[in-house]
Amino acid sequence: MQWDIVIGLEIHVQLATKTKIFSGSSTAYGAEPNTQANAVDLAMPGTLPVPNEQAFRYAVMFGLAVNAEIERRSVFERKNYFYPDLPKGYQTTQLERPIVGPGYVDIDLASGESKRVRIHHAHLEEDAGKSLHEDFHGMTGIDLNRAGTPLIEVVTEPDMTNADEAVAFAKKLHGIVTSLGICDGDMSQGSMRFDVNISLKPKGSDTLGTRTETKNLNSFRFMEQAIAHEVERQMDILEDGGTIVQETRLYNGDRDESRSMRTKEEANDYRYFPCPDLLPVEIDDAFIDEARNSLPELPDARKARFKEQYGLNDYDAGLLAGDSKLAAFFEAAADRGKDAKLASNWVQGEFSARLNAEEKSVADSPISGEQLGDLVVRIADNTISSAGAKKVFEALWTGEHDNVDAIIDAKGLKQVSDTGELEKMVDEVLASMPDQVAQYQQESDPKKQKKMLGGFMGPLMKASKGQGNPKLFNEILVKKLGG
Amino acid sequence: MHNKSVAELSRDLESGKISSVELTRQFLGRLEKEDEQLNSFITITEEQALADAHAADEQRAAGKATPWTGVPFAHKDIFCTNGVATTCGSKMLANFVPPYDATVTENFRKAGAVCLGKTNMDEFAMGSSTESSYFGATANPWGLSRGEKRVPGGSSGGSAAAVAARLVPAATATDTGGSIRQPAALCGVTGLKPTYGRVSRYGMIAFASSLDQGGTMARTAEDNALMLNVMAGFDPKDSTSIDRDVPDYTATLNEPLTGLRIGLPKEYFAGNLSAAMEEQVRGAIREYEKLGATVKEVSLPHADLAIAAYYVIAPAEASANLSRFDGARYGYRCEDPKDLLDMYTRTRAEGFGTEVKRRILVGTYALSAGYFDAYYLKAQKVRRLIQQDFINAFKEVDVLMSPTTPSPAFIQGEKTSDPVTMYLEDVFTIAINLAGIPAMSVPAGFVHGLPVGLQIIGDYFSEARLLNAAHQFQQVTDWHQREPQ
Repeated sequence: MQWDIVIGLEIHVQLATKTKIFSGSSTAYGAEPNTQANAVDLAMPGTLPVPNEQAFRYAVMFGLAVNAEIERRSVFERKNYFYPDLPKGYQTTQLERPIVGPGYVDIDLASGESKRVRIHHAHLEEDAGKSLHEDFHGMTGIDLNRAGTPLIEVVTEPDMTNADEAVAFAKKLHGIVTSLGICDGDMSQGSMRFDVNISLKPKGSDTLGTRTETKNLNSFRFMEQAIAHEVERQMDILEDGGTIVQETRLYNGDRDESRSMRTKEEANDYRYFPCPDLLPVEIDDAFIDEARNSLPELPDARKARFKEQYGLNDYDAGLLAGDSKLAAFFEAAADRGKDAKLASNWVQGEFSARLNAEEKSVADSPISGEQLGDLVVRIADNTISSAGAKKVFEALWTGEHDNVDAIIDAKGLKQVSDTGELEKMVDEVLASMPDQVAQYQQESDPKKQKKMLGGFMGPLMKASKGQGNPKLFNEILVKKLGG
Repeated sequence: MHNKSVAELSRDLESGKISSVELTRQFLGRLEKEDEQLNSFITITEEQALADAHAADEQRAAGKATPWTGVPFAHKDIFCTNGVATTCGSKMLANFVPPYDATVTENFRKAGAVCLGKTNMDEFAMGSSTESSYFGATANPWGLSRGEKRVPGGSSGGSAAAVAARLVPAATATDTGGSIRQPAALCGVTGLKPTYGRVSRYGMIAFASSLDQGGTMARTAEDNALMLNVMAGFDPKDSTSIDRDVPDYTATLNEPLTGLRIGLPKEYFAGNLSAAMEEQVRGAIREYEKLGATVKEVSLPHADLAIAAYYVIAPAEASANLSRFDGARYGYRCEDPKDLLDMYTRTRAEGFGTEVKRRILVGTYALSAGYFDAYYLKAQKVRRLIQQDFINAFKEVDVLMSPTTPSPAFIQGEKTSDPVTMYLEDVFTIAINLAGIPAMSVPAGFVHGLPVGLQIIGDYFSEARLLNAAHQFQQVTDWHQREPQ
């Protein structure tokens, strides 16, 4: 039996406003528990919410960036349920008239094609506090610092058909919100959280299957794994003739396991009603125009610019432009010299690999784009070989020194590229290895010949104290050996 | 001294006839004695009051006195007072001491007034008799003077009784369905519920957010005006607070009433209104005609829907507003909770009284899936119709008048067995909250020896006119000066 996978996403984006959505408390990350929760956040008797204008500005910017209609008169509703991380016993959110209406985001598929993922709506709401289950001797510690932080919840249509598309969308959205500057995009800090809705249907069928929701995934990798896991789980059930229970599930990425959190029957009746402490928020043309004029460069526009300005191909431009921090890093590097392609290779290659290995984000990088750029310049102008470049990179990364030229000098990595000098050395080495020369010249198989060249490289590097430009050596050898 | 109004006390203080400390001592002494029987105060803040009085005398000496500097008064125990217990008449908050002031509290503090304590009220402002208070019922001083245990009305029964008994010249109060006007009527004092949004709700513990309004209670219209001068104004901490200039409500008290057009809603002179009550109130209205006003009958066609709409909307909002009382962060918590659910259920079962639980259940039901459209949504639509009735009426007349209540103060316990008979106490007051317009109750005489009130209803932001109308009436009548023995 062949199955179609149907995926919809709900993404919670924490807005990088200075203060909370309904109170003046700070939203800064990392403070001691319960030091950033005032009387309003603690839901003390008689306290009242006051909306944060910046949160609306950010929401409007988001709406414009995803080609959506902005709601001119948006309303807040109370979503009622009891939980210790929700001090009021209700969450202030939006239901009937969310600030951002239907929109869309175009994603690039691996095939090179573009696909449109529709956004159903995006609304503003307040975040709950944090429940900490460890370190409290079987009890749960409640930290209300996060309670009241502004969130935009983005809800997509079920337009995605596999994990790759879902991840591509998630990454695109990440790129958009970070480029806009409305979210710091730090998923390890919970700045973006993903809920995945998945259902299966027989291939080609028009009827959607029963869907499940997997909540609170906080990395692209976990999202990908969770989708694979859930698709397999549902497929097993369906192929055994069973039915899918509509439920909310939690996925554990470290163990690749999921469990049911609650079923539809156990689901709360949230008893939504318009919050009588808040007036409808009227957004006028001036507000929207101001937001539009303040929009920074978005990933799609940046990608086009990278192609034009740096001559990058579609793939490279797309990859580098997608994340605003990576894009800034790349530009800083590329602007140091004239070989944008080489800079792109190093950013995507050595730099990204090292970040991944150390589980760092671009923001945590110990080297700057300028430093990498200087390194690239020295490769491009043949001052150092690629082997030498790796040594320089290491030295920069570990903080041995912060200046590329200083490292090159200190480690004596400057390669000799003077063809005159190099030719002299080749002559000398060849003269000292007549048997090998003869062997080479008598060999008919060009592949075997190429391998033999390696035999001369050792002595040549020794003769040049490791500073001979290997590429040039190679060229000169081939020329002189002939054959 | 205890018979003097805020205005008179203010003049005495200003002229140096008495110091604030001496005045406060006198009031405290009398308060402690008289309140034994009355139970109109939950907390008496003797030390703080004397300290504030001392500070007030210093302010006066420095030439920085306001009309309120050194004048004693009380706050209904629904207004948060920093460092002073604020119980809302409930076991749930019996141990709650807020670390912040309500805006109303802060306003009186800044004006230099001296708060003697917090007055008793129906639990979480839900009631019309002050019988549901965790701290026991308050007695109506008029009933006491006849040897009877009668209710002072509610939910601001403590404030009304304290003012009527001359324990304080003025007390703050709140009104969601009639909770200022009804107790004012039953206790023979003057009270005003302002336009919704006129007075900040920050720090005023919420019952029904779209209906609650803080207001004034004193013996004279002039004192109510003095109170409103302090209480009214825009507050950025309250998103429903209205940004509109506050006039000096005392400046227009003496405007003549010639040409004032009074409308009498025919629906408010029917139903369970007793003949004696109707006669007394019509008599009061005749005084207005003597003052130059004209009277005509008007209609509020949807008046009979007000109680039903209110008792869907108010409990619905209350059910959400009271969710925060869960034993987790402040207030009452049950002993030795086994787990989270146990803490929630036992804390709320033990901490809330019967009427509060009743309304939370009704409100939850009205909002629940499958019932929202039929109850909550429908009630809000009916509310719009009720509001429109008033808007239409004010196209023809300047103010509306009616009895404040269908009957005078009833005996304690008389209406507690059937909640609906209690709800019907508010039949003339409740629509006013649904529309958000201002209204007052003014003492209008006695029926069977007990005080009754005349309700004066105005258009949005017409408080100055209402106070003017009340003040003029009080120049030609003396009901407001009668004292229970």
